[in-house]
Amino acid sequence: MEKNIILQRLKGLVYKEILQIFRDPSSLLIAFVLPAIFLVLCGYGLSLDIKDIKFGIVTENTTPTTQSLVRSFINSKYYDVSVGYDRHTFEKELIAGKIKGFLVISQDFSQKIKNKNNFTPIQLITDGSDSNTAILVQNYTQGLLYNWLGQNYAAKLISVEPRIWFNSELKSSNSIIPGIIAIAMTLVGTLLTSLVVAREWERGTMESLMATPVSIVEIILGKIIPYFILGMISAILVVVASILMFDLPFRGSFVWLLILSAAFMLVSLFLGLLISTLSKNQFVASVVSLVIAFLPTVMLSGFMFEISSMPLVIRLISYVIPAQYFVSGVRSLFLAGDIPELFILDTVKMLLFGLAVFFIIAKKTVKRLD
Amino acid sequence: MLNRINTLIVKELLAVWRDKATRMVLIVPPIIQLLIFAFAATLEVSNTTLGIVNHDHGIISKRIEDKLMRTDVFSKIYHLNDSEVNDFINMEKGLVVIRFDQAFSEKVLNKKEGKVQVIVDGRKSNSAQIVEGYIAQIINQYSLEYMTHNNLHNTSNIIITRNWFNPNLENKWFIVPALIAIISLMMCIVVTGLSVAREKELGTFEQLLVSPIQPLEILIGKTVPGLIIGLAEATFLFLITILVFRIPFRGSILLFYFNLVIFLFSVLGVGLFISSLAKTQQQAILGAFIFMAPAILLSGFATPIENMPAWLQPITAFNPLRYFMFILRGLFLKDIPIAVVAANLLPLVVISILMLTGAACFFRRRLK
Repeated sequence: MEKNIILQRLKGLVYKEILQIFRDPSSLLIAFVLPAIFLVLCGYGLSLDIKDIKFGIVTENTTPTTQSLVRSFINSKYYDVSVGYDRHTFEKELIAGKIKGFLVISQDFSQKIKNKNNFTPIQLITDGSDSNTAILVQNYTQGLLYNWLGQNYAAKLISVEPRIWFNSELKSSNSIIPGIIAIAMTLVGTLLTSLVVAREWERGTMESLMATPVSIVEIILGKIIPYFILGMISAILVVVASILMFDLPFRGSFVWLLILSAAFMLVSLFLGLLISTLSKNQFVASVVSLVIAFLPTVMLSGFMFEISSMPLVIRLISYVIPAQYFVSGVRSLFLAGDIPELFILDTVKMLLFGLAVFFIIAKKTVKRLD
Repeated sequence: MLNRINTLIVKELLAVWRDKATRMVLIVPPIIQLLIFAFAATLEVSNTTLGIVNHDHGIISKRIEDKLMRTDVFSKIYHLNDSEVNDFINMEKGLVVIRFDQAFSEKVLNKKEGKVQVIVDGRKSNSAQIVEGYIAQIINQYSLEYMTHNNLHNTSNIIITRNWFNPNLENKWFIVPALIAIISLMMCIVVTGLSVAREKELGTFEQLLVSPIQPLEILIGKTVPGLIIGLAEATFLFLITILVFRIPFRGSILLFYFNLVIFLFSVLGVGLFISSLAKTQQQAILGAFIFMAPAILLSGFATPIENMPAWLQPITAFNPLRYFMFILRGLFLKDIPIAVVAANLLPLVVISILMLTGAACFFRRRLK
């Protein structure tokens, strides 16, 4: 009998929550429309596949050698080249941000290169204020130059043969989309949940709930179940949309996708509950979820920025960012297929984190009215 | 009337300042954001683990290994067998493995072409591309040096590179100035967007409406505090950027503030729109996100606008953050000439006027 009552009460709580989700359209918008916006914007907009960088070349004469070098730059897909004779125009364009760099080929270039004279006849000027692009411009320019040298003057002695695993065209959307799934789940699990629960504290309805015979565990479950389902639906929709829109390969198994997603969803929900329990105020809850859940999911989960390149302190912080493990697992699932050893490790780490958060919630949510 | 507006502004600022949690939220998160973004948002690759499969054991492959080890791209090197490569890459123990065939050195010593295989983990497309570029550059450079040394050819010093404005290509010089714009935008939107919604939820907004205060006064009373908070936030971050991160500011401070105010007006316009539409704080947060996500992603903050697909680029023309970020970065590192500032300020002014007046009319209509 006991069990029946609990189940019925739980059903009531879940039903109430579902009604609330449907009554305020903003919940559904946060769960479905926001992730769609992120998917489109990040999938198309966050492209690091550099092509057609605006680039200038200053030539002081037009010998066949110089022309051949210039042509190899014009033919490259990386650069959108404009050729000129006066470096001052390019200097001005560089300051105005209209080009990302330019090459100055000196007058005696053809001669120097024939005479094997060890002197620098080519100068590359980059716009260091955009340091990321400047690094790429350096790499591409040297690569083009070495290739040109290899073809025309000094056949290469050592050549590099790249083998790219899992993502042979190095499509950046393939790497970024797992991060967007994590963002979608964080939005529902942490942001939305923390808002919903904080609202109950703010309006005093949490106190009314507590005055009823419902237990804390039931209140928590009543919140978790509906948002868990909502978040999982949102994640699956993002997966389907990315496969259709971005040709994201799906090489792993659906079961592992569900396991990894469920673990991450649970952790996100616990985090959302914790934030709202501590803040009890929607404004504070929203900013805190932004800073401790949303932002780390974007920055420290490794889908955009390489974690090992970050300073030690940030690397240590990233160990307690569950999104890191989710992104690592899901990315491999899509691109490499099932790697159970990796997935088990990722899932266990997420669950351990979830457990820790759960204990803090349980400790903080004693039935107290302060 | 001025008196009433004044009172409203003071009340609004006090409402933010009196509550300890709200106060903390205005101070602590911006600092955390600044630090995390400044240190994490780097597309450089350093400190990774390199796997080496060497079937050669000759002198040339040894020298290449030494060259690779001396860069700060790799901090740890593992020697692997062919059978261990799979596990090394799959389990993400390292991003890249290089492989020398048997007799690699012998070939090079006999002036025949030697090949180095570079296996990279394409799951991380960006880092893979960068690491592959680094390795190719190091090996190419070594190849040219070797040829120069052996009088095969002399081209190792063919190019010299100068990076203007940021000679060492410090990533922070690129990221941190932009954060002043992004973080003040976020705080400004959250404060103005949520304040009306909160009053609506608590019912105090109706009290405000039945008081003799005019809609225009409410409008000003809600906008000015947002402007003050935005200015304070930006000044605070500006000081951290200069004093803590020691990033050079080469432009004019006057221009900085002038542009900042214009930019904040456009942000306040969006905040007012959100305020007049949202009935609950949850809706306001949704509105804030719907504006902030595209604004930040399409601003050129992390990836250049020129990289985006052709259909997406025109959309960025409506993004106030894009113009302000360009001006901000230009003022910091390049001391861009006033004509360049003006060319970017003009669209910003147009956007601000449209947004603020549009939002103001809308806000007043909704109140009536």
